[in-house]
Parts: sequence; C-alpha cells; structure tokens
Amino acid sequence: MEIRRHSFDAVIVGAGGAGLRAAIETAGKCRTAVLTKLYPTRSHTGAAQGGMCAALANVEEDSWEWHAFDTVKGGDYLVDQPAAEIMCREAIDAVIELEHFGLPFNRTDKGLIDQRRFGGHTRNHGEAPVRRACFAADRTGHMILQTLYQQCVARGVTFFNEFQVLDVAFVGDDPRRGVAGVVAYEQATGDVHVFSCRAALFATGGFGRMFKVSSNAHTLTGDGPGLLFRRGVPLEDMEFFQFHPTGIYKLGILLSEAARGEGGLLRNAEGERFMERYAPTVKDLAPRDLVSRAMLTEIRQGRGIGPAKDYLHLDLTHLPPEQIDEKLPDIAEFVRTYLGIEPKTALIPIQPTAHYAMGGIPTNVRAEVILDADGTVAPGLYAAGECACVSVHGANRLGTNSLLDIVVFGRRGGAAMAEFVQGAEGVAEATQGVEEVTVASIQGLTGSKGTENVADIRTELQAEMTDKASVFRTDELLRRTRATIGGLRERYAAARIDDKGRVFNFDLTEALELGYLLDLADALVSAALARTESRGAHFRDDFPTRDDVNWRRHSLTHRDPATGAVRLDYKPVVGGSYLPMERKY
Amino acid sequence: MDVTLRVKRFNPEVDRRPHWETYTVAVDGSDRVLDVLHQVKWHQDGTLSFRRSCAHGVCGSDAMVINGKNRLACVLLVRDVGTEITVEPIRGLPVIKDLIVDMEPFFAGYRSVRPVLVTHDEPGARERIQSPEERARFDDTTKCILCAACTTSCPVFWANDAYVGPAAIVNAHRFIFDSRDDAATERLEILDRRTGVWGCRTAFNCTDACPRGIKVTQAIQEVKRASFAPDDG
Repeated sequence: MEIRRHSFDAVIVGAGGAGLRAAIETAGKCRTAVLTKLYPTRSHTGAAQGGMCAALANVEEDSWEWHAFDTVKGGDYLVDQPAAEIMCREAIDAVIELEHFGLPFNRTDKGLIDQRRFGGHTRNHGEAPVRRACFAADRTGHMILQTLYQQCVARGVTFFNEFQVLDVAFVGDDPRRGVAGVVAYEQATGDVHVFSCRAALFATGGFGRMFKVSSNAHTLTGDGPGLLFRRGVPLEDMEFFQFHPTGIYKLGILLSEAARGEGGLLRNAEGERFMERYAPTVKDLAPRDLVSRAMLTEIRQGRGIGPAKDYLHLDLTHLPPEQIDEKLPDIAEFVRTYLGIEPKTALIPIQPTAHYAMGGIPTNVRAEVILDADGTVAPGLYAAGECACVSVHGANRLGTNSLLDIVVFGRRGGAAMAEFVQGAEGVAEATQGVEEVTVASIQGLTGSKGTENVADIRTELQAEMTDKASVFRTDELLRRTRATIGGLRERYAAARIDDKGRVFNFDLTEALELGYLLDLADALVSAALARTESRGAHFRDDFPTRDDVNWRRHSLTHRDPATGAVRLDYKPVVGGSYLPMERKY
Repeated sequence: MDVTLRVKRFNPEVDRRPHWETYTVAVDGSDRVLDVLHQVKWHQDGTLSFRRSCAHGVCGSDAMVINGKNRLACVLLVRDVGTEITVEPIRGLPVIKDLIVDMEPFFAGYRSVRPVLVTHDEPGARERIQSPEERARFDDTTKCILCAACTTSCPVFWANDAYVGPAAIVNAHRFIFDSRDDAATERLEILDRRTGVWGCRTAFNCTDACPRGIKVTQAIQEVKRASFAPDDG
C-alpha cells in the first residue's frame, strides 16, 4: 500500500445532491476536491422519486409559511423553527435555480413547473392537501442528481471517484481547533490518500442499511457520521428514523408517496381504506410516521394480508392507466419487475421500509458542525443532507423535504465553506501519521486470523434492528437490541475477510462499513432507550404520548474515543411562531 | 432451488488471463441475479468483485453480461433467467478485476457532448416556460442512468473505441431536443463525424440492452436527422 498526499483548500465527502450542490458553490472560489466512494451519478439521491416541495403557487394558492408550518408540525415540534423557515423560504429559489440549471420538471398547460400533492403538505395550516411538490415524473431525484452533476462537469469540478473516506484529521486531534485533512482509501489501487485541507464538508447520506427491510442502497452505511462519531463529534436525534409506508413487501424498495399524491389508496385485508379512521382530514396523505404506525396497527389487529397477515395493499387500480404511465412510470415498472404483477389491475403488497435518518451530524443553518449543546462550532467542518441534522425534519421528515434539504443546505454549506477558506491564512497541512489509524484498520482486517463472517454479523444486526428498533419500540426490546449489538461488536473484533488484495477489495470496505453501522445502531438504540416518550417516528409502546415538558429537546449522543462508551446529553429545540399542539390530520 | 452460476473472473494481482469459476447457490425464483452474486461473495468467496449500490435499477452500477446479454444484475430475476446463469464483465472497456471495468473512457464520451443546459438568455426570477409538448419531446432520453449497458453492447464501440457510443448520443439528444437549450448546433457539430453519430450502424443492441427502456436507436436516428437540419433541434 502506498501513502499518497494531496493538498486542497476544501474537501467534499460524498457526491449526492448535497455534495454536488456544495461543489457548485465552491467552484471558482477555492480549490476543492470531491471524494465519493461511488461515481457521482450512482449516489442514492438518484433513487428519490416523488418531488421537491416549494410554495411556487403554480397551480393553487400556497405560501412558504404554510410549508414551514407543515414541516414543524410534521416533525412533531422537534424542528428548529428558524431552520425550517429558511428551508421553506429558500425552497422557491432553489427550485427555480434547478430549472435554470436545466432540470426537466413536468409542466402545467401554461408551461409552468407542475405541482402535486404529498403527505403532510397542506393549505392554510392543515385545512386540506395542497399541490406543492415540484416533480419530474417519479424520478425527481434522478433528475436532480443528473442536473447537478452536469453543472459540476461544466464547472470543471475535481472528482476523486471511488475514493472512500475513512478518517478525518483535526488540528491537535481536537475538532475545536480546526480541520487538518481527511484520509481516503482508493478502491482501484488500495492506496491510502491523505488530503490536507482547511475545511471539509460531509455529505455521505444515510445509514438505512442497519435495517433488514430498507429502501436504502447497499452503500448507505453512515460512513461520514460514523467516522466523525469516533473522532469526538456528537450525533443529534439518532432515535428518530423514518419508516416509509410503501416499501415493496420483503424487498423494501420504495414506491413513492407520489402514488398516493396521485390518488392511490392503502387497503387492509378487508379491502377497507383504513387511513380514513386514523387521519380523517388528509387520510392516505398523512405524514409517514402516522401512516406506518397505522399500517402496523392494522397488522397487529389481524387485518394484514397474506399467509402471515404481515402486509397491506397499495391500490392504484382506480387511477386512469395513462396517469400511471405519465406520472408514475418507474414505480409501476418496479412492481412489474420485482412482484411480477401489473399495478394498473392488481393490488400491490407493501410494508413499511426503513427509509431516512432524521438525526445525524449536528449543524447550524450555515451547515457548520456543532459539537455541544452550547452550539460550539468545529471550525472548517461542515455537513449537509441526510448525514446532517440541522434540524429541519425534527422527529419525522415530510415527504419531498429531503430533496429540498440537500439543495438548500448543500448550497449554504458550500458558500459558508468557501467563505471560511478564503478568510483562512497559511497552507493546509495534515501532519505526518494522520493515516496511521486507517492503515492499521485496513491491515487489521486483511491480516485478521479471526473466524467471524462479516455478512453474518451484518445480517443479524439488520434483523434485530428491523425486529426490535423500528416503528414500535419498548424498553425491553431496546435493551435486548443493545445487548445484541454489544455481542455483535465483540464478534466484529474477530471479523475475517477472504480478499487480501489491493485492487477493488470490496470485501474489505464492506467490513469497514459494518463497523460504522454497528456504532450508529448502538447510538440509535441508546438514544431511543433514553427517550421515554413518543414523538414523530419514535414511538414507545410503554410511553405512548408526547411529553413536551421533559422531552421537547434534541438528544446529543457522544462517544468516548478511548472506550467507545456512549453518553447522552440534550439541547433545547429552537422554537418560533408555532407552539406545540396536538398533532391531528 | 439451486442455480449454477458461472462467472468470468480475473484478478490482476494474480492472474495472467481471465478464467471461469462455477458456484452452486440456493436461491428463490424471486431473487435478483445481484442477490445470487451476493450469496457467493458473502458466503462462498469474498474475493468475487463487482460494483453495486441501489439494487433496484436506478444507480447504474451493476451492468454486466448475463447469459450473453447486457443487463443490470439487480433488475433481472432468477425466474426470468433460469437456473444456469453465466456472468461476464461488459465488453469494450478494459477489465480491471472480475466484473469491474474501467468506466473512465465511457464517462469521457459522455463529457465530450457538452452535457449541460446551455442558454444565452437571462432567465429572470422565475422558471423558463416550456409546454408539456416541448417537455415530452426529450422525455425518453432524460431517463439515462449512465450504466453503459448500451454502449458496451454496441459492435461498433467494440471495434472502435474512438466511437463516442450510444449513451453519449442519448445525453446529447436530451439537450438537443430541449426547447430551452441554445447549443444544439454545437453538439451536432461534435457528433457530425464517423466517431460520432455516423458511427451508428443501427444494430439495435443498445435499445435491447437499455434497462430504462430508452429507445436508444431512435434517439440516435433523430440526432442524425437533426444534423442535416440543425434548426429543428
């Protein structure tokens, strides 16, 4: 293995929507390297389907304040309201900018960007569903990813494709003193690269692969939050993980909420449109936490479908066939491919699927990473997108707000980072030896004499998390999960890999990724165990109500770098004009 | 059921030339070929190497030759391919290891057609106006996920790696026929040569290979026609 050294002003880790949008912002302002463990166009932003909300009011009356209210209420009042207001206000310009960048949005008859309904998005503070989601068929994320990549190519952005970042170096090993560099593993050669830089922006996406049934790509393993967590950066609101109602049964592949936005319905074994009982006003277009809970309640009460009565139906059969062809072509094709049925005529078996981490690396609205409840900034360290927690999603993200988040806070992070670098003096230089931990972990795995199979450990983790730490949680289940994770971590220490080579050793990188998943699962379960209330996506059967007096606050999970022990503390929610009220739809 | 998986393997650190290895894997008919590859990698031989990410046909990582045809391993189910599965790397790009090829020449072709919206007007504070009909004109080619299944199925590309290939032309088409774009003439000039759009011999392999169902050959023909009359672009 060779050690190679580079020097840049700034490094962006991850090339999905947030990373690419940040790169557009730093282009021409500072020397930036974009590192991705995939190719940029492989990022999971491309799997997002339904749309991106912005109160353009192209098809009916709307306002960004209504959007902000829906976001705050959807997040069960754990949202930091100034951040949500920024996101919803800047959403309008963000969508227009994407259109100017070339994004082929669907159009109205007048040639404006078309808009459709989405879960939890309402007119005038909950009166009725509103058409707010801007979309490109059911491949909006694909078009955002392509469009942002095109803009990066046009700007000559420097990409290091298939470079997997494994560590970050801080000045004096202290995140309070500034960023010194990042350490990356080059998949094609097995070389370790040290990128000296004054600033780094993490945009590595989610970590849904800790669950068995998940909409997430195999590569969504939380590398960014995982490696920062080990270096003393806390994680915020890890207990809040979203389960999307309409995953393809068993596979977890996402069928967009746009299916219901276009008029699709959920039905139980009796054929009943059960959401009418749970959300009388918006029905099937209630927010995802509520719908997933309603679905599992139906299953618990014996109204599930199939031999095990463990799934429900998504019904598109009453939609005009041409509407499915025009507005939902991709998900119709997924149903045909993976279930072998025709969605125009057959009911689609679905179950909730692990989808999105509301929590992550704590940041402020400039995407600067913060280190404690006082808001202490890590100079030069930024995070944006799903790996970050601003918090604009609170305890439950509304559909489409993730695409909005990546574009708005990717841009803000890129701008803040460029400004930071331009104001910094001297030359970035990571000290000799910053790569030693990375080299040791690689050599530890390639030289391991252990007997534990990485895939077995991962499979057991995923099964345990889906079984016990998903939509419904209890003290007992979470304690058992934490014990299981502890056992899996011991086995992980004796993990063995077959591939000892240097070239495209995914056996090695999968093992390293599992380490992050184990750490993040431990953080998630620890934070969930501590939160003795139910809020948004975190529902405790043993504490089934929201407790604003004690729990309207963000968790911060800290990891002791020496012992790996996890410690929790809390910071207040930043309020605003919307006071907590009962969450009815 | 058991399937027999034959994989064309090559490890540059050990092998002088590729060789075949055969595995027996217990699977369900509803499993993807990608699941079969994972079963081998995770439980039989961790050195088997291939790219993958989303596992449902939108990221474009896992194009490979499966039973002689270019397919995404995550979109093809065992019940549709049978119990004898043969997997090779896509053709026409240098093999690095097992099913992993060097994608850089492919992306160089993509970059060569200037794949970005080029406009000379000032768009103002709102969106540009585009009618649904204008938007529909290039809808098909916006679906491309750059998986290279089309380009590496093309006999012209196999024979001549200077040929820009179907995927690059698809991405040029996406802008040439976008009513908002002002650089159709420039792109048509880039492609108006034997290594550009005139390299196409209408073999239709690309259209058969596209996992997104893009009418690739038709898109290439439309670019050919537009290069006679660029004003139509």
